[in-house]
Amino acid sequence: MSFQQTINGYFGEFGGAFIPELLHANVAELEKNYRQIMETPDFKSEFDALLKDYVGRPSPLYLAKRLSEIKGAQIYLKREDLNHTGAHKINNTIGQILLAERLGKKRIIAETGAGQHGVATATVCALKGLECIVYMGETDIRRQAPNVARMKMLGAKVVPATSGSKTLKDATNEAIRDWINNPEDTYYIIGSVVGPHPYPEMVMRLQSVISQEMKLQLLSHTGRENPDYVIACVGGGSNAAGTFYHYLDDERVKLVAVEAAGLGLNSGHSAATTHLGRKGIIHGSMTLLMQTTDGQIEEPYSISAGLDYPGIGPLHAHLFESKRAQFLYATDQQALDAAFELAKLEGIICALESAHALAALNQLPLKQNDIVAVCLSGRGDKDLETYMKQMESNEQN
Amino acid sequence: MNRINQLFQHKKSGIRSVYFTAGFPNLNDTIDILCTLEKAGIDLVEIGMPFSDPLADGPVIQQSSTVALKNGMTITLLFEQLKNIRQKVNIPLVLMGYMNPVLQYGVENFCKMAAACGIDGLILPDMPAEVYEQHYQELFQKHNLHHILLITPRTSDDRIRYIDQLSGGFLYAVSSSATTGNVQQNKEGQEVYFKRLSQLNLKNPVLIGFGISNKEQLEHACQYAAGAVIGTAFIKQLSNSDKELPLRVRDFVKSLD
Ligand SMILES: Cc1ncc(COP(=O)(O)O)c(C=O)c1O
Repeated sequence: MSFQQTINGYFGEFGGAFIPELLHANVAELEKNYRQIMETPDFKSEFDALLKDYVGRPSPLYLAKRLSEIKGAQIYLKREDLNHTGAHKINNTIGQILLAERLGKKRIIAETGAGQHGVATATVCALKGLECIVYMGETDIRRQAPNVARMKMLGAKVVPATSGSKTLKDATNEAIRDWINNPEDTYYIIGSVVGPHPYPEMVMRLQSVISQEMKLQLLSHTGRENPDYVIACVGGGSNAAGTFYHYLDDERVKLVAVEAAGLGLNSGHSAATTHLGRKGIIHGSMTLLMQTTDGQIEEPYSISAGLDYPGIGPLHAHLFESKRAQFLYATDQQALDAAFELAKLEGIICALESAHALAALNQLPLKQNDIVAVCLSGRGDKDLETYMKQMESNEQN
Repeated sequence: MNRINQLFQHKKSGIRSVYFTAGFPNLNDTIDILCTLEKAGIDLVEIGMPFSDPLADGPVIQQSSTVALKNGMTITLLFEQLKNIRQKVNIPLVLMGYMNPVLQYGVENFCKMAAACGIDGLILPDMPAEVYEQHYQELFQKHNLHHILLITPRTSDDRIRYIDQLSGGFLYAVSSSATTGNVQQNKEGQEVYFKRLSQLNLKNPVLIGFGISNKEQLEHACQYAAGAVIGTAFIKQLSNSDKELPLRVRDFVKSLD
């Protein structure tokens, strides 16, 4: 059995489309058309061309020598941070905007946490001349201000989500409600491998370019295309899904997913879904989620807006339950330390999300000859304010 | 016979139904609201089980859910409150809520408890018809609980027939493609849809809901269906703290006469 696709919309026992009847037609339209459209030569050639000439793919695979020395393994960084707009998110939005265009949609909506998906959506909407509305939690609007400005400059309307913890979960609720209210002309570009089927499968496929390139690049760097470890952070899980994809069915490769543990796994301020969650439904998908015993969805916390989500894509719930992937976690502080370490050792300022993946390097029993590929999902420009605060508090101590 | 069937057998038109969120405005208002609604002449009540992330609801019902949860409402507590409701209230009662809290409670246990309280039907908007058919139909039927499914202006005739076959009691026709409480603008489109419904010869009677907020809209809906459901407008009235709770309820029902 392959992990690379759903059976009737499910990864194992996770997935499905638990949506109100109000969205049935929308989701059915997508489900009916998306594979077919993505298989057309016309879609493929435009997708490939945009990834190459507009996004700047392939993204480099870089052997981080000084980091490798300290961690005691051969560490390769997949540089998604060097993509246009600064994260892996654009791989997905390019694919979905081409789909929206072919479905004749005129109005694009999206949710965003860190703002990277919002920026990537605003970017492709500008590229195609389509109206763009991005829902973003009020808390995130504050802590990711540079990305809000970028979205506005790109012509998008940013709408604050003011319910709940005012973060990614709430922005997603608002985007889904917008879709219910505007079902005819609107296409919803979901930013991760979450939501009702077929989104998780579709976003996974669009992000699979990460591991597709990685295989070739590793082969030329090391003489083998499969590393010993592949590591990625998991918010909803799209960069991890893309990084794992071509290794999912290759048991020799250890898959490591890293969740955000906020102030500590059991501090009550965490977003480590697989460690703290139970099976249930969030945003139309049967998956693992953080919830009360009464089934109310809990408000997560992480310093990293992109990982501040109480659920996880159904693929990852399946990888967790089947033990195909190992799920680790990193706290705010561990992530910050990893970000500063990378900056000093390699001259790369990475996103707080990606720093969680790097933090896992300290938790694995690495051996000198192990080949480790880490997805550096984004760059740290958007997090400078947080990094500045950290430097100030270091100076004070 | 299930009270919903009895109602529709005796009353073919002008059925007035109200939705409210359990635990709102105060935790222990549930019984009071139900009793007052029945006395005021409401025919059927949907009791909302509050959820943290109600995707199909607009701001007013969202807010009422947030307040209800803050007040401490849970499914367990609701069943506790409803334990003896059938000694006081005879109109059909339907529980409405999202799937996740019901899943965590345990669907089988939930059905047992609902039936024991004298609940007549369930509305779970995010449970797709196909999932119901595959996993829960037998269970609901065993407990004599009608499952009331939603249809919308965008539901095809074929799918409406499929949903009609699965539904019991009545069909819940969402008046427009919108979350609850959204003001309807496309009146003509709505009429086309209502007419289409009335010509489909459905097995179940139809109640129209979502976006019905006053007497005029109620009467308009009643021209095409057996009746209508009012939610958001009633919740707004419940929030009006100038009056005693029973008076808020009575005045609201009066405003529909
Ligand atoms: C740089 C970066 N990495 C990771 C994530 C987390 O998303 P996902 O788990 O879908 O890759 C985000 C989300 O905003 C992000 O901006």
